This record gives sequence, structure tokens and C-alpha cells, in this order.
Amino acid sequence: MTSTDLVPFMLRRPGAPFPPPEYADFRERPGLVKAALPSGETVWLVTRHEEVRSVLTDPRISSNPTHEGFPRPSRTVGAPSADDVPGWFVSLDPPDHNRFRKALIPEFTVRRIRSLRPAVEEIVDRSIDQMTAKGDSADLVEDFSLSVPSLVISSLLGVPKVDRDFFEEKTKVLVTLTSTDEERDKASEHLLRYINRLISIKSKRPGDDLISKLLQGGLLTPQELSGVAMLLLIAGHETTANNISLGVVTLLQQKQWIGDERAIEELLRYHSVADLVALRVAVEDVEIGGQLVRKGEGIVPLVAGANHDPEVFERPHEFDPSRSATGHVAFGYGVHQCLGQNLVRLEMDVAYRGLFQRLPNLEIAVPLEELQFKYDGVLFGLHALPVRW
Amino acid sequence: MAGISVDTGKCIGSAQCVLAAPDVFDQDDDGFVVVLDDSPSGAAEAAARTARGLCPAQAISVHD
Repeated sequence: MTSTDLVPFMLRRPGAPFPPPEYADFRERPGLVKAALPSGETVWLVTRHEEVRSVLTDPRISSNPTHEGFPRPSRTVGAPSADDVPGWFVSLDPPDHNRFRKALIPEFTVRRIRSLRPAVEEIVDRSIDQMTAKGDSADLVEDFSLSVPSLVISSLLGVPKVDRDFFEEKTKVLVTLTSTDEERDKASEHLLRYINRLISIKSKRPGDDLISKLLQGGLLTPQELSGVAMLLLIAGHETTANNISLGVVTLLQQKQWIGDERAIEELLRYHSVADLVALRVAVEDVEIGGQLVRKGEGIVPLVAGANHDPEVFERPHEFDPSRSATGHVAFGYGVHQCLGQNLVRLEMDVAYRGLFQRLPNLEIAVPLEELQFKYDGVLFGLHALPVRW
Repeated sequence: MAGISVDTGKCIGSAQCVLAAPDVFDQDDDGFVVVLDDSPSGAAEAAARTARGLCPAQAISVHD
């Protein structure tokens, strides 16, 4: 392959549709597509559904950033390793990964997540109360979409109600575009310190929350638990917020689907907010879709590519909840598939019920073409969503 | 009618099977898969086949 075959890594750009139209072209090409990172290093892009699933299940392909060749697209795109942050288990391969997953899955079973519905409803209701108390318009991202998952995670972790405003304020700094690096580092430090204090309190006075149960379970050390708590927070906050906001925009365009349960799965597929999240590296030579990938070469399975693969989803660029959208890889695939996926589904469902029932005149307050989409981040979403009701 | 077996050693508790085929699969208190019906037929069999395809850990086998 010559350098002229290289494509840029970030293909999103203002004004262009998402997923980038290039993905359709990549799916048609034999083998994989080689992309150049800003650093000059190259990675393999995977865009077909079948091959994205193979990459995410192949034991010769690793999630561990300490391996030579692991993609490092930029300071903000790229995972810390479990060596840097104990408990950062998304960066571990089996069998090291298994202990963390095993410790956490009892807290995320279908039954357990269903039991959280009343708590999530209360959070959504209160967030709408606070938003509407300010007037008849708001930025939905700031005043609702970011608040709901932050409050849900703090409730899950067992953050006392009096501390939830602090927790929400700090988590927002982490995901707001206008925050400086210094502000982000500071907020992250405050949160970590807070979580460590919470762990020490819960070890003396356990409650009915995730941190207490994991402490009692004894599978993880308190130090690992603090990394796990930070990871759950980071993994479950902006992702969920982006899904909620984009979903509101899409449902307001096609109001016939409001209240239809099938809309949630199709929204997840259609928006595929975590397109660039699953970074991988080959730890042995491996053939993917007819392409030889050498040991030490980086691989980026693009979930938006897979979720818009016409071989699996007919008319992929249409939002059509009447299709069967199950089988999408919006939450990834393989052993790292999103642990909180059923919680995200619950949060989206409760958020839309709350918003559209309580604010039947909800509308976007600016022309669609003025919406500020996240073209520059790891996650696709909206920087702001001006609404009125 | 099809025979269903699961590899609990592979299961990662994503619960895709419970959502896709609630008559065939459940989760135990630890979150791991439990087979409720190991020889489903009709709609339950079709749902179990869907669940096999959805399982991110490829822990479900359907034997004809």
C-alpha cells in the first residue's frame, strides 16, 4: 500500500452528515482501509459489520494500550492503561479483565436495572422541574441531558443527595468543550478524591449501593474500586447525554415515533455516538476481511460504519424504528460490550417519556443547520441544544 | 425444536439473551446466564437463535 492510499483518521467535519459518507466507500473496498493519525502513525479502519464484530471478539486483538502500536490518536482520544489507573478494566484483556466484569455484572442485570426505574423517573422529573423553573427555554444539553446520567450514576454509586450538586458540577466540567485542560484535570482530581473518601466511608458504613456491594464482594481492592467508579462515571455520562440529546432532535423530526418503544434501539444504531471508542492493536498477525494485519498494528473498528452497513441494515441512513435494529454494535461487541447498556436504554426511555409528556410543545429553538454537533470529540453528539416549550 | 446449551465460562452477563428470548434465558444472582427452556420450539426457538447471534461473548449454542 502506498502513502496515497492513506485517509485521514478524523473524517467528521462540520456540515457533513454523520456517519461520514466515506464509510460507505470504505465498506466497498476490499480488505481494510489505512488511515493516518495526526502523529503520522497509521491505523487500520474497519467499517463492515461482520469484520467489526470479528475484531472485537478475536483473542489476537488487544484492548491493552501498553502494547506496542496501540493507537494514540491524540491526548483526548485514547485510553489510560490499567497500569496508570488500577481498575481501568476496559484496558485489560481476558483473563485479567474477567475478575472486574464478574464483580460488576450483578449490579447491571436486567432485573437490577428494571428495579432502578422509579429512581430514574424521579431524577428525570426533578431535572425537568429545575429546567422549567428557569423559564420557557433552555439548553437541553446543559440543563437536562448531562444532568440525568450524572444524577443516575451518583445514585448508583451511593453518592449522598447533599453531594450530588458537587458531583454533577465536577462531571460537567470534564465533558464541556469550553473547559480548559487545567479545569478538566482539577475536576478529575476533585472527583477522584471525593470517590476515595466515599469508598472509605462506605467501608465503615455500607449502604445499598454499588460501592458498598463491591467492597463487600471482596473481588476488588479499594484502589481498584476507585478506578472502576471513575470509569463508570466517564463511560456512562457523556455517552448517555449525547444519546438523549440526539434522540430528542431525531424524534422531533419524526414525531410519529415518540412513545414507540422500538425507537430506542433504532436511535442507538442510527446515531452510534461511540464511533471512535473501541481502539485495538493486533498482538499477533491476523487476517481481517482478507487483509493481513501485522502484530503491533493499530485497529479502529468504526461502530457507526458497522451500524450503517446495508448488508445488515437495509436503508441504513433512514431512521426507521419499525426495522429490527438489534444486532447493532453501538455498545460494542465481545467481552468489553458496554456493561451499562441496559441502564442507558432505561435512561433514554424515561427521559423521552418525561420530556414529551410534560412538555408537549417542546421544539428546537434554532434552525437545524445551526445546531453545533461534536465534530471534534471522540463521541458524536451535540455541544448545545437550544429548546423551548 | 432445537437444543440449547450455554458456556457459562464465556458468559459476560450482557443479558442480550434475556432481552431477546426471555422464555429461554434468564440471569442468576451473579448475572450469569441460566437456561430456562433447553428445547424451545416455535417463536421461543426463533428468539433463542436471535439471542445466539446477539450474544457478544458467543456463549450460546443451538443444536438442531
